[in-house]
Amino acid sequence: MTNFIIRRLIQTVIVIALLSYFCFYLMTLMPGDPVDLMIQSNPRITSEDVARLRNLYGLDQPTYVRYWNWMSGILQGDLGYSRTYRIPVSDIMGPKLVNTFVLSFASLALALIIAIPLGVWSALRAGTKTDYVIGFFAFSGVSMPSFWLGLILIIAFAVWIPWFPAGGTETIGVDHGSWWSIVTDRAYYLVLPTVTLAYISIGRFLRFTRSAMLEAMRNDYIRTARAKGLSRVVVIWQHGFRNALLSLITMVTLSFSGVFSGATITETVFAYQGVGKLVYDSIIANDFNVAMISFMISVSMVLIFNLIADIMYSFADPRISLS
Amino acid sequence: MSNPVLSVRNLETTFTTKLGPFRAVNGVSYDINAGETLGIVGESGCGKSVTSFSLMRLIEKPGRITNGEAILNGRDLLKLSESEMEQVRGGEMAMIFQEPMTALNPVLTIGRQLDEQILKHRHVSKKEARDRSIEMLRLVGIPSPEKRYEAYAHQLSGGMRQRAMIAMALSCDPKFLIADEPTTALDVTIQAQILELIQDIQEKFNMTVQFITHDLGVISEISDRVMVMYGGQTCETATAKDIFNSPRHPYTVALINSRPKFGHRVDKLQTIEGSVPAPHELPRGCPFQNRCPNALEICKTNRPPLEKMGANLVACFNPM
Repeated sequence: MTNFIIRRLIQTVIVIALLSYFCFYLMTLMPGDPVDLMIQSNPRITSEDVARLRNLYGLDQPTYVRYWNWMSGILQGDLGYSRTYRIPVSDIMGPKLVNTFVLSFASLALALIIAIPLGVWSALRAGTKTDYVIGFFAFSGVSMPSFWLGLILIIAFAVWIPWFPAGGTETIGVDHGSWWSIVTDRAYYLVLPTVTLAYISIGRFLRFTRSAMLEAMRNDYIRTARAKGLSRVVVIWQHGFRNALLSLITMVTLSFSGVFSGATITETVFAYQGVGKLVYDSIIANDFNVAMISFMISVSMVLIFNLIADIMYSFADPRISLS
Repeated sequence: MSNPVLSVRNLETTFTTKLGPFRAVNGVSYDINAGETLGIVGESGCGKSVTSFSLMRLIEKPGRITNGEAILNGRDLLKLSESEMEQVRGGEMAMIFQEPMTALNPVLTIGRQLDEQILKHRHVSKKEARDRSIEMLRLVGIPSPEKRYEAYAHQLSGGMRQRAMIAMALSCDPKFLIADEPTTALDVTIQAQILELIQDIQEKFNMTVQFITHDLGVISEISDRVMVMYGGQTCETATAKDIFNSPRHPYTVALINSRPKFGHRVDKLQTIEGSVPAPHELPRGCPFQNRCPNALEICKTNRPPLEKMGANLVACFNPM
């Protein structure tokens, strides 16, 4: 077990290193560099200035040298400097990253809390009206674009019935208040974007739970459990769901790896200070350091949650041993 | 005749399908006396398993018990509420299944699966349930039961799994045991061990057993009386000796003749002509008429009643 984890961690580090080089290389292939942007905004710049600036930033060096400089900075905790915002990457990304994680995890949790019981219920009532109604609900979420659903929610619950703010992340000045008032203020702003994100992902989780549960309940051991006199609730949850959980674990854990990038559109609709818009802008504006850090986080999330899925699976299914 | 432990009358289980409703069990009646083993034989699809599941009230949709009664120790199982039935299942009456490979939950330990049944039916602590489980595993001949208690199904062989299933079924001292082809999926040597185990336990606890199989050899070895089923109906009931020595129903005769005989080398094994009609295509009258060498006109229209002929109960207008 420990051996397996160590081996996989080493693999993960190697894959991240390779992918980071690949991403870095792709970035250099993009037309233009930061100096080109400076030229555009300064008509009096001379070609000597351009050469001097390229040399100053190291842009005249080959890719692997630049990669090496960048990587050694990262390893020493220096994430570089955002050329667009003119502050360190960690300063601009840190708070936004936290905001995105809060939003994504909240919506994932909400989606799962709703999808799993409904999926189980739907499976137990397969082919009945209940099943169809739940199925309709699931597909309605899947088929709605998030920007549209977000706008509808804003119109309904921020304009017509002004329960929630139409957008933003927190009330200006709230960070001077008590710890509790900050949390409730944040929660208040989170409701609409969380519901939007949750609703569009419920369908996937719900239908998956339904089919996993249907399959589990068809097994012979369900009949055995009932023949032992166990009550329906025990049979469903301890025997049926316990087995359906095996395939759910993989899907849920892997969908955690998407929380970083999955919220961009919703964040934009709600003017939520997340990382999605920042990443998009950084790529367009050639803000190299911000973009690279974003890639690194995306890549690491996928790899790490894959590893977590494998480990959790071995705990849930006694037939699988990692050694 | 002593008082029957189980008395089934006119049991009828209907499945509603797209092709229309069909009766998988069509008016079956029988008794089983205390301490007796009734063997139920028949081809696949003759309704022998559905009969057992009906007694356990484990018929799933689109099936439904549409008629009859099943009196176990004075109570009609078919009239009990679901929660009363939960007390009966695994308590008064237990069942072991055909496929030990799939009948155990793969993600729970054997011990956990034994414990939950004991905790459901007995007011005992977890510790006592554990002791009882281990004792049961020892009773069914599982070596080092303390270790097996912690094991998962995939860590046991087929024979061991079936022993664990038996331990589970017997853990709450049922008076009535249904064994649904418990040896079919096992190797012949293991089969013999499991049969022996069931017989041992039956004697020890004076249990009443309903043993379902399509294997005539197994039936002759284990049962006191035999019921032959075809097309959801009873063809013939008799003691094991009489079924083999003086069968009366043409189907019973055909079934016995189609067994290969030891020491007789033949080019072609004897079979019963034709095939079992699809359940929704069962003819009016006797279900066996289209394959029966003795069929009469009346067989096409009337269903033969189960009547006493010699020592046997036979449902046939023109018996052998």
